[in-house]
Amino acid sequence: MGHRLRGAAAITGLGITPMGRIYGKSSTDFAVDAVRLALADSGLAKSDIDGLLINAGITGFQGDGLGLGLQNALGLSDLRLLNHMNAAGSTAAQMVHYATMAIDAGMATHVVCVFADAPLREGGSAAAAYGNAGRRSGPQGIQGLSAGAGHFGANTAYALAARRHMALYGTTQDQLGAVAVAERAWATKNPMAKMQDPLTLEDYHASRWIVEPLHLLDCCLVSNGAVAVIVSPADRAAGMPQPPVYVWGMGQGHPGDTRRAGDSPETETGARFAAKTAFGMAGVGPEDVDVCELYDCYTYTVLVTLEDYGFCKKGEGGAFVEDGKLGPGGSLPTNTGGGQLSSYYMWGMTPLSEAIIQGRSQGGDRQVEENDVILSTGNGGALNYHAALVLSPHAS
Amino acid sequence: MNDEAPTKPVSAADELTEPFFAAGAEGRLLLARCSSCAELRLPIAPNCPSCLGGGYEWEEASGRGTVYTFAVMHQRYHPAWEPDLPYNIAVIELDEGPRLPANLIGVDNADITVGLPVEVVWEREGDAPVPRFQPVRAV
Repeated sequence: MGHRLRGAAAITGLGITPMGRIYGKSSTDFAVDAVRLALADSGLAKSDIDGLLINAGITGFQGDGLGLGLQNALGLSDLRLLNHMNAAGSTAAQMVHYATMAIDAGMATHVVCVFADAPLREGGSAAAAYGNAGRRSGPQGIQGLSAGAGHFGANTAYALAARRHMALYGTTQDQLGAVAVAERAWATKNPMAKMQDPLTLEDYHASRWIVEPLHLLDCCLVSNGAVAVIVSPADRAAGMPQPPVYVWGMGQGHPGDTRRAGDSPETETGARFAAKTAFGMAGVGPEDVDVCELYDCYTYTVLVTLEDYGFCKKGEGGAFVEDGKLGPGGSLPTNTGGGQLSSYYMWGMTPLSEAIIQGRSQGGDRQVEENDVILSTGNGGALNYHAALVLSPHAS
Repeated sequence: MNDEAPTKPVSAADELTEPFFAAGAEGRLLLARCSSCAELRLPIAPNCPSCLGGGYEWEEASGRGTVYTFAVMHQRYHPAWEPDLPYNIAVIELDEGPRLPANLIGVDNADITVGLPVEVVWEREGDAPVPRFQPVRAV
């Protein structure tokens, strides 16, 4: 017998707002737009919604205000499930986890999961939007040594992680670049993607350093916008307008970091054991996965995540991606909308939204041929938080 | 207009780490040994994350370690750091086990390698002691 939750719920609604340098809206405004779009997509009325899970982006930490008040901005009455969640970039997948569990437990029927962010300001750079986030007061104590040494933001943390992998396993700059090139090739087929120009490895190498070993083109975009998804019971999903995308497997992995010898959070992520849980529930293994939608805040994140899901051995991620197998026509289509690197940056909603599109076979020019088993992942912190979804267009 | 040059944000001692920075001002690197389980750590909270016990005693570390990983900053994030671009930032794994972030001095960015043996050098930014590391000189 399979796992009780395998196929118990399905994603029945998807709402994606216009993305990018769109100004004059708060993240709450974007969230309302996304929920309206998701409701229209699902055919559900607002009154059908009895669960709301909310994930604020970086602006949630900057006083922008997306939070529990979204219930009232949406005019949702008598919710049976409500939370404002934060496990960084793993939250989107986690919202689907908790929605699925709540539906299975009879605590909710149709659950809206929404992410919104609006860090870009007119005339401001992406670095201004993210680089100094949350750093209002001066650094203090041992923890403050990091900022005191000029360590600013996630770019630095992921550069440190990538360098560790390169030193341990011989991973090369070309191999990181192969991820950027493959994803851009997908983006050119996605009308929603911000970056539409084809990219060569030479272009990649020519892009400026942000934090060495990360070039500009190793780093994700920053976007204003929102994405909402609706999770429903599988038996309801079958009669709804959109092709259901069933939740086959769910798993999380949060390895912790004691910041001492013996830990290696930079190169061995929580995906190692999120994979066991999610694949175990779904009854599949990496060999069964047709398409990957992996959290790709940086090229390196994709490479290490592939290793930790067992697509290749630890340390061989560089060689694995180097032949272009992630791109269009490759043997493991990955980040088929262009990912966070080339399409839009909605934290864990970037991979999840594209997984839904591929699961519905609505990918247009970029639709993969085989979509029976889709792996969609979220990652947050400096590779500290991880969540996985195994999705399928098939109920069982 | 403010004509004063921007200053680097430097970590200041808080209640828990006052002894750490006071020793730093004297050129010594301290670690804390948990009174309950004897694990060496750099405390960020009163309780030990290993055994959850309270209490620790400071003791002097060797000040030696190796480069666990490093990166070179090119992007301008803070005006006070702009003249230093491109500057390095490393994570040092001390011989005693704990890791801490620090800049490396006395070495070109191009010559930094993971595993490079280093030793602490306490410098000052304004009045604040800042731990930095330099390659261990061949004996």
